[in-house]
Amino acid sequence: MNEQEILERGKRRTKYLLITVSVLFITLMLVVPLAAVLVNALSEGWRFYIQAVTTEYVRSALFVTILATVLAVIVNTFFGVCAAWLLTKFSFKGKQVLATLIDIPFSISPVIVGLSYLMTFGRLGWFYPVIRAFNQQFGTDIRITFAVPGVVLATIFVTFPFVSRELVPVLNAQGKDEEEAAALMGAGGFTIFRRITLPQMKWGLIYGIILCTARALGEFGAVNALSKTRGETFTLPLEIDALYMSGTDTSITAAFAVSSILVILAVIILFARNILEHRDQARETKDVR
Amino acid sequence: MNKQTQSGEQKNMQTHKNPHVIPGFGCTLGVVVTMLSLIVLIPLASVLVRSLQISPREFFSLIWKPNVRHAFWTSISCSFLAAVINVVFGLILAWVLVKYEFPGKRILDGFIELPFALPTAVAGITLSKLYSESGLFGRMLARCGIRVAYTKIGLIVALIFVGIPFVVRAVQPVLEKMDSQYEEAACMLGASPKKTFFSVILPELRPALLTGFGLAFARGIGEYGSVIYISGNSAKDRTQVISYVIMQKLSYIDYASATAIALVMLVISFLLLLFVNIVQARQSARTNLL
Repeated sequence: MNEQEILERGKRRTKYLLITVSVLFITLMLVVPLAAVLVNALSEGWRFYIQAVTTEYVRSALFVTILATVLAVIVNTFFGVCAAWLLTKFSFKGKQVLATLIDIPFSISPVIVGLSYLMTFGRLGWFYPVIRAFNQQFGTDIRITFAVPGVVLATIFVTFPFVSRELVPVLNAQGKDEEEAAALMGAGGFTIFRRITLPQMKWGLIYGIILCTARALGEFGAVNALSKTRGETFTLPLEIDALYMSGTDTSITAAFAVSSILVILAVIILFARNILEHRDQARETKDVR
Repeated sequence: MNKQTQSGEQKNMQTHKNPHVIPGFGCTLGVVVTMLSLIVLIPLASVLVRSLQISPREFFSLIWKPNVRHAFWTSISCSFLAAVINVVFGLILAWVLVKYEFPGKRILDGFIELPFALPTAVAGITLSKLYSESGLFGRMLARCGIRVAYTKIGLIVALIFVGIPFVVRAVQPVLEKMDSQYEEAACMLGASPKKTFFSVILPELRPALLTGFGLAFARGIGEYGSVIYISGNSAKDRTQVISYVIMQKLSYIDYASATAIALVMLVISFLLLLFVNIVQARQSARTNLL
């Protein structure tokens, strides 16, 4: 047996060893916990499952979650497109600082987000007198903290950079020659956006929206600090927390049943993400050819 | 007419007029700055302002209380360990996904991002159940005398779960782009595969590994949803994490303590963000030179 053969054999052994380690790691750390949610959810049978996911509390939580997610996606898509346009089509002083500031929500603990909204809009916050004056003036009863608007705002905060973060690299890679040419030929800003930029960044945009949706659906820490009324301002993760924390066997099973809704959504999101990514890669290789 | 009376400075600006060919600069700048201020900057500034109202002496006494100190130590040490473990496994996973072909690779690749897509509270309760004494893993480990749930080990397990995608996704693209020339050259020159890996490949991957480490570490320090169930939050066993302590202070309406702790956390996450940015800037400077 010559040296080459020994080397080849060693390499093959490393390969199988590493693949085994990876598969084991993913299975034990990620797949089993995911499966465990579903197993636990159905541990009391289908009838219990259906009952658990259709209670008044769950329906209300589902509504608040969807409302917050939809609003967060709309606001952040608008913001993300504006920010990406600004950061990729122009160069100006302080651009790097602005880009860093936009990324802040990525690195902040969700609990601090909740705290900062309490400090701003809560009873001790500096914005509270403004809301009170407004309410007295117009006879309205607008509340931000411990109410649905606070939940929506916190969700927007934690997902703030998701869309712009996906769009910036895509637009940077495309360059701005086409837009400049169009502008010099007299096209208006909106026309340029619609006819040139939007088609270029379409997949990046969808991808950003998917990530934003995933994060918005599952936000827990920030919302937890701002929402106290079960059945009114609770989102699905908060409802899961409430069920799990009540500690009886049936309520824990119910918590897993409600979790399974979010797990199914998470799996759909992962699928969509992967399909998009492979579509992207397939297109790239075609371009190279 | 008015224009003629304006100062020279303004005229100067007009000669440089509009370096932006593409329209929409003012409009998008306005939208971005306004929204950023309203949603992110002003609320965070309120925390800052509020914490600056506390006198320095009081500030230190608040963040130096035993349970706060222990929580900081727990959060930082457990996140650090989890991030180190994630660097090792993240590197292996990225390596396997880039260098090898095998059936089921795409599924494996897809699962990496599960912790991003799965809500933290769901991850928290399922891990907690799985590692508790009645759970699948907990029962097996209990037979070996290891308790995971409601200890720091459980905390680390949860932090590994949330941190793994950061490392894999930081290393993967760098590994994909890496030129195989160096590897081949090292091999031709007679280096063993082990030596090639440690003195040729690993130094190239170091910035990416550090980035992944920094991101996983930062995420771990602030993590709330996925750790609070498995950790048990016992002050006696020192398994309270710092986010949990903030939340506890908030529910006691002890806003002074909450903001003081939050300020320290903001400083820590700012430093980590700075670290990651410096590493990335160096990396891009290096790749541009090549």
